[in-house]
Amino acid sequence: MKPAKFGYFRPETAEEAVALLGAHAGAQDGAQDGARVLAGGQSLVPLLNRRLVRPRALVDVTRLPGLRGLAVTEDTLRIGALTRHADIETVTDPAVHTGFPILPESARWVAFPPIRSRGTFGGSIAHADPCSEWCLLAVLLDAQLIALGPAGTRVLDAAGFFTGRHRTALAPDELLVEVRFAHRPVLAALAEYSIRQRDYAVVAAAAAIRLDRWGAIAEARIALGGVADRPVRVPNAEKALLGAVAGAEAFEFAARVAAEDLEPPADVHGSAEYRRELASTLVARALRQAQAKGGPQA
Amino acid sequence: MTVLGKPVRRLEDRRLLLGRGRFHDDVSRPAQLWLRVIRSPVAHARIRGIDTAAALASPGVAGVYTAADFPVLPRIPVRQVVPGLDLDPYLQPVLATGFVRYVGDPVAVVLAEDPYLAEDAADLVGLDLRELPVTLDAREAAELPQESWGGRTPKAAVVEIGYGDVDRVFETAPRVVRVPLKVGRHGGTPLEPRGLVADYDEVTDRMTIWGATKVPHWNRRVLAQLLGIAEHRIHMTETDAGGGFGVRGELYPEDILVPYLCLRTRRAVKWSEDRTEHLLAANHSREQEHTIELAFDEEGHLLGLRDEVWQNNGGYIRTHGAAVGMLTATMMPGPYRLPAYRTRVHVVTTNKSPTGTYRAPGRYEVTFVREHALDIAAGELGMDPVDLRRRNLLDHRELPHTRPIVIYETPMVLDGKDYLEHFDKSLAAAGYRAWREEARAAREAGRLIGTGCAFFVEKAGLGPHDSAIVEVDTTGAVRVAMGGTNVGQGIETVMAQVVAEELDIAPEAVGVVLSDTDILPDGAGTWASRSTVVGGSAVQRAAEEVVGKARRVASDMLEVSPDDLRIENGTFVVAGVPGKRVTLAEIVRECFTARQLRNGEEPGLIGRGTFVVDVMTYPYGVHCAQVEIDPGTGGVRLLRYAIGYEIGRSLNPLIVDGQLQGGLAQGIGGALFEEFTYDESGKPLNTTLADYQWPRALDVPEAMITVFEDAPAPDNPLGVRGAGEGGTTGCGGAIANAVRDALGLKGSVLALPLTPERVKALLRDRGGKP
Amino acid sequence: MTPDITAFDDVPMSITVTITVNGERHELVLDPRRSLADVLRRELRLLGTHQGCEQGVCGACTVLVDGDPVRGCLLLAVQADGARVETVESLGRDGELDELQRAFTENHGLQCGFCTPGFLMLATALLRDEPGADRERITECVSANLCRCTGYKGIVDSIDSAARSAARSTPRSAARSASHGR
Repeated sequence: MKPAKFGYFRPETAEEAVALLGAHAGAQDGAQDGARVLAGGQSLVPLLNRRLVRPRALVDVTRLPGLRGLAVTEDTLRIGALTRHADIETVTDPAVHTGFPILPESARWVAFPPIRSRGTFGGSIAHADPCSEWCLLAVLLDAQLIALGPAGTRVLDAAGFFTGRHRTALAPDELLVEVRFAHRPVLAALAEYSIRQRDYAVVAAAAAIRLDRWGAIAEARIALGGVADRPVRVPNAEKALLGAVAGAEAFEFAARVAAEDLEPPADVHGSAEYRRELASTLVARALRQAQAKGGPQA
Repeated sequence: MTVLGKPVRRLEDRRLLLGRGRFHDDVSRPAQLWLRVIRSPVAHARIRGIDTAAALASPGVAGVYTAADFPVLPRIPVRQVVPGLDLDPYLQPVLATGFVRYVGDPVAVVLAEDPYLAEDAADLVGLDLRELPVTLDAREAAELPQESWGGRTPKAAVVEIGYGDVDRVFETAPRVVRVPLKVGRHGGTPLEPRGLVADYDEVTDRMTIWGATKVPHWNRRVLAQLLGIAEHRIHMTETDAGGGFGVRGELYPEDILVPYLCLRTRRAVKWSEDRTEHLLAANHSREQEHTIELAFDEEGHLLGLRDEVWQNNGGYIRTHGAAVGMLTATMMPGPYRLPAYRTRVHVVTTNKSPTGTYRAPGRYEVTFVREHALDIAAGELGMDPVDLRRRNLLDHRELPHTRPIVIYETPMVLDGKDYLEHFDKSLAAAGYRAWREEARAAREAGRLIGTGCAFFVEKAGLGPHDSAIVEVDTTGAVRVAMGGTNVGQGIETVMAQVVAEELDIAPEAVGVVLSDTDILPDGAGTWASRSTVVGGSAVQRAAEEVVGKARRVASDMLEVSPDDLRIENGTFVVAGVPGKRVTLAEIVRECFTARQLRNGEEPGLIGRGTFVVDVMTYPYGVHCAQVEIDPGTGGVRLLRYAIGYEIGRSLNPLIVDGQLQGGLAQGIGGALFEEFTYDESGKPLNTTLADYQWPRALDVPEAMITVFEDAPAPDNPLGVRGAGEGGTTGCGGAIANAVRDALGLKGSVLALPLTPERVKALLRDRGGKP
Repeated sequence: MTPDITAFDDVPMSITVTITVNGERHELVLDPRRSLADVLRRELRLLGTHQGCEQGVCGACTVLVDGDPVRGCLLLAVQADGARVETVESLGRDGELDELQRAFTENHGLQCGFCTPGFLMLATALLRDEPGADRERITECVSANLCRCTGYKGIVDSIDSAARSAARSTPRSAARSASHGR
């Protein structure tokens, strides 16, 4: 199981990387991608090894400076695209933990430690697996994706960013450089289910709620992975929660509504019907866990 | 100093821990060519043409071959013959000839200077295939004539085993329970994929092969016939192997292609398959559809058992022939008093991967089916499932018990001591009654917790023979060569222990050679839990012969009676006379003198042992499980697990425990996680280890394992029953029973594996039960 | 599906890299599609690192790269340029088993041995990072890799035993390796 031939480039600057992507983009034909970005390789190399993708050129971006790390500035968490999953898991900056706890908390669900030591946040986002934890959280919290192209940077919203299974709104000559999460005063939780313990999720649900001082839900966000060709928000379920008192009854109702409109794709890990059932179970769990984060009085 | 029965640390460990194992992919020969197989991408087709021109022109390619490039080779023969069945029309050719019958069927091979170039070239081979209708279900397709079988139907054989007037029993029995059940397709899938290296030495005109395991002597015989050369020109040599489980070591097409092309090109040929190939092309197993019927009297005594089985054998019949069908039909009665019986197995070829044996073949399946049906019967009879079993288990008054069944051409003599007593002891060791109470209380509190057990009978020590040579050289070094092979199970250590016990030396002082056809002319291989029983007994005989001769020669050297000699730390001493002693090294040197030769002794100190056995031995045991179901996800969590196993005698408790723990993990895999599935076009859907899911560490509970040595096996000098498979055998049954109990089902769990999705469906359909 | 594999005139197909493996520097000229695991095995003849899947699922190929456990089949060798790699051959000294390896043989932590080097490297990283790891933590860590023979109990027992005896003999603060960082 060896990759097909490719050319390999290791640019020193992001601009060089973008230029290389552009130079090889046009080489695409039916069998071969033009160019692919190589970061941690944890998602791309398995595809290369099976020859499911055959890029003419790989652009290794791991040496690009300034793209690794998390920082909170002015209520916004900025995650460099080359930040490793393990960096997020072990971040010590208290501003990240107080303002955006769902991120370090969720890191431990991403694959396994040896994958987390190499795989990158940006790589995960760009790979756009419909059940990826980071893609799910980006959609849940309306993150912003910063892309660098030949004409400079542009900002894309998470809402339109994931366009299909392993497809994003990035142009072939664009490089994802940063992801930004604006601070939201919500209680957030991630609940996923894998058939083997701690393995890749079949379905994942993320929920974020803000309660008013009477315990009613003032803001609700629900996102699901593994139920479509991309992570999705479930606006009907979100609306159903607004104004309701946070608790089992509201959560179960929202969970049922969330599952109703889904038409999940079936695969070897789960049929459409089962994925709907899981979605319902996990939405309820994520909501309960989110509420519990508010402490005993919530 | 006795070493048998002690937890001797394994001799294999050091080199493996240092990363100095010698696995087939570690072998690198000068100027070797790498072999890459081109495999059918479709499940069933007529081959119209194969275009190799582009591949031949590809960089680094030394040759591209299809069936047309080979002389007419016979198809790969059956090794485990069931008398009376002609399976020849269904055997697999070395390369697909005329038709392809499963995704992964080898169609062509490339030889290249480098594995990357070989794969590049393989991509360029063009296949012109006219697709044919695909049959994936054994029962549905059994009677439809197939173009690819020359007009024959896909049903290759029917194996029927029975005794007593079973149909009459069912006509008149007061209570009959009928349960359709399916066992999902899964397989051994060792961590190390398959591979082979063959090199040809021009000077000696001999070919050496690395990577052969399981039955190297048999494979050499077949190869010699197929290649038309003398057996002694082929040398199968030892390697380490990354797990066997019944899958590795059988003669696959690649195992013939590699040596053949080595001889043809006069160059070393190296083949290492990748993981996806392995999941497509190495033997699958287990896929059976049963309809079992149990007949009882009003008190719950078994009057008869009938079973109709459809076995999905995949694209071709391979070296196991109808063996799994035969094992299914012979082992179904298990430990019970059973006056009348019949099982009929339809062995049907389909367009899935071909199948063979996998740890506890036939027994995993029948233990699940029978034990699950018993729990359902208990429900219908209003009896406790434990009591129902107690009522029907053979006990000390009836054992040994000869069933009117012939298995592997031997009479089935169940040589246990007391199945009923063992059942009680195993349940007590597990604390099963407490588990049940715990589960009942938890159910009252609203949790879905249940318990289940399964009694299994295993088979081991399949003959008819094995042989061994023990020799001591003039330096006093001891070496044993025996006909088993290393698949990671610790055989080297156990054989060393057997020799060490006889010679009173440390096991580390015994050199062990396995499966080297130059050193041992005959070996029957490692499979069917036979190597400790049959191989170990042969080793013991050989070691006894060495000690016997050494004693004779020592008594001559020391001028004492042989009875006055004792062996101590590899030295013969005269009882009560310190200083009057002679070492093995001294004895060996004496064994080359004219004096000894004139005495009629053979030169050197060499013992040969052959152990012949006409019957198998039958270990037995009980699996107990306690599970909890998550109603939201359908996930099954194993809360508690226990295995009780009567193995006659444990030669190395550390190794036995390891076999049971490992077997358990595989059994859990088959019960909950592992299945090879296909889409309607016959395309396999589980082609990576992310899709074909082995249990991970968190998925395997800490199991309580109790090994019993109450019933030494009567028919071998070591008294051992073989312990390699029992960790797996009972898992399907125990877990299915526990899940059924947890869900409060009246009927069955329908099928294994009990994936969360299937459990969710059972929850949904159980209708009204709390 | 026949990609044009010959027309790469304008792209580099051979990359020169320097990788330090078990303390030894190696300068290698490599086809960029070679994995680190493959290069360790074939160029450097360090055969202890095994490949069970080449998909990053089984972890048999686990090695340490700059102190972190990494799947050698998922790392292109050219990406290890300038890195410090440790393989199973770096454990122990002069053919003597180290503490962890001894624990594996005492506790029957291996059967066929194919997964073993991967687990040894995984455990080496874990015990450097968390010398006080308890059995639960060890089991969680062991879940990252696959074994088909042992059922994992022997592996967990072995690592647990090594952790406990290291804890007995070394003060906690000294055991943490300073050179390994995230």
